[in-house]
Amino acid sequence: MKRLLAIELQKIWQNKASRILTIVYFLSLSLLATVALIEFDFGVFKFEAAKSGFFNFPYIWHFTTYIASWLKIFLAVIIVSMIANEYSYGTLKQNLIDGMSKKEFLLSKVYTILLFSFVSTTLVFVISLILGLKYSSFTEIGIIFSDLEYLFAYFLKHLAFFSFCLFLALLIKGSAFTLGFIFIWFLVENIGHAILKYQILGYTHLDKDTTPIDFLKKLFPLESMSNLIVEPFTRLNFVKSVTTTVGATIEKNYAVEPISIAIVVFWTCLFLFLSFNILKKRDL
Amino acid sequence: METILKISNLHKKYGKVHAVNNVSIEIKKGNVYGILGPNGSGKSTTLGIVLNVVNKTSGDFEWFGGAHTTHEALKKVGAIIERPNFYPYMSAEDNLKLVCKIKNIPFTKVSEKLELVGLLERKDSKFKTFSLGMKQRLAIASALLNDPEILILDEPTNGLDPQGIRQIRDLIRIIANQGTTILLASHLLDEVEKVCSHVIVIRNGVTLYQGMVDGITANEGFFELESDNLAQLKTALLLFPQIEKIEEEDSKVLVYLNANLDAAALNSQLFKQNITLSHLVKRKNSLEEQFLELTKQK
Repeated sequence: MKRLLAIELQKIWQNKASRILTIVYFLSLSLLATVALIEFDFGVFKFEAAKSGFFNFPYIWHFTTYIASWLKIFLAVIIVSMIANEYSYGTLKQNLIDGMSKKEFLLSKVYTILLFSFVSTTLVFVISLILGLKYSSFTEIGIIFSDLEYLFAYFLKHLAFFSFCLFLALLIKGSAFTLGFIFIWFLVENIGHAILKYQILGYTHLDKDTTPIDFLKKLFPLESMSNLIVEPFTRLNFVKSVTTTVGATIEKNYAVEPISIAIVVFWTCLFLFLSFNILKKRDL
Repeated sequence: METILKISNLHKKYGKVHAVNNVSIEIKKGNVYGILGPNGSGKSTTLGIVLNVVNKTSGDFEWFGGAHTTHEALKKVGAIIERPNFYPYMSAEDNLKLVCKIKNIPFTKVSEKLELVGLLERKDSKFKTFSLGMKQRLAIASALLNDPEILILDEPTNGLDPQGIRQIRDLIRIIANQGTTILLASHLLDEVEKVCSHVIVIRNGVTLYQGMVDGITANEGFFELESDNLAQLKTALLLFPQIEKIEEEDSKVLVYLNANLDAAALNSQLFKQNITLSHLVKRKNSLEEQFLELTKQK
């Protein structure tokens, strides 16, 4: 495992673009801490991030993991381009000739994905902990370390998304096409679902019982990944109080649901399995 | 003698194209093999299969008596197929270090092999700054990193300028002289004839010849003769039992033999019959002529 990681990390680290992206990624993640410094004043409506409740334990786990996961696109670009490069440089072929097995080749990529996800999760954990200890209103140990499933969901979400990227990059072989395809796939999930729901099945906005069709959407890979951590904003007290004064009610389950985890784990395994199959079957 | 690679009844089909058709080859330690075949004859596909990058349709191959899995065995093999494949953004040295990591060997040989191919001064230059000749030499250095049991070279001089071809050829000679088993696929037949002890001829995926280079060129040879009176010469030649057939080309008579006939003996016999030759050469078919002869059939 150490050998395979060393091989892959050399490939990534000695590539200027990948190195810069990695640095930018981890820097931006650290800069997340500066969110605490946000303050703005609209006269009547005064907002200070540090005092808004964003950083209260255990809510902070939910908040930081949600925000930080947007940055994963940086790492996705690295993963996709490193695989596309292996094809365009002919180095996949050369690696195999030099005595790497196809399984080892895939494992070196998977270990790297695991490492990226793990380091990112650890960093988010440390940053949240520091921010929380500084600004949280509650600092009892029991409260600090509750709701840690958001960190697990964060890790899994990254792992799944990178596996998706890995699979598509192996399938498509070109980095620009792969990234484009991921974006199109995202559109397909949403538009496809909307067309199925409103056009084909004839639902309207007024329909109350849309559970089956909405559950179908949860099964899609990207949707299931985004469902792991739902948006945390409407959960905040001050947002809630604003909406209740307006007269709207928000009823939402903010927890990490086991069903979402199961769906995402399924997709991750499938992507990795298909990746291995592509590598095994394809003549180079 | 120890067998390094044994290929038995190997087939590869790409849809309807039968790229490799029942190829069986045995590579023994210490020999230098040339694989000859026109473009698209299945040479590279065969090499691709034994090097783990192309899936076979049927048949079998085993490295070193089948004691290891293919990818483990390949760690003891050095191979360059088609163009040199390296990471363009890495330096020559870093590329070789990566290969060391893949082959699971220490970095100790990196400098030695760079020196051998004359790239030591350029070890810190990025691969993408290299000329094709340098890239190809780096590929050879990379293939030699583990002091391989066998070196496989597929068209190593393709696309190189005359200097580059010469450098690669000299390198192959040096390596062959060190006793490394070599499998060389090449169009350059004089190259193969000079370097190789054994030759394998493939066409349309089928093995046409397999054996010693001497075997393929082993024929009794032929004479080129010239004289003032060709008609008289031809009549006189008919008396030799060793002569298979006589052809006239330009102003020369080509005499093909079916048994050994000494040039001096021929000359003195003819002279006794008052025929003086203005030109007498005894030649053997070159590998190139034999190769063209073999591959043009049908």
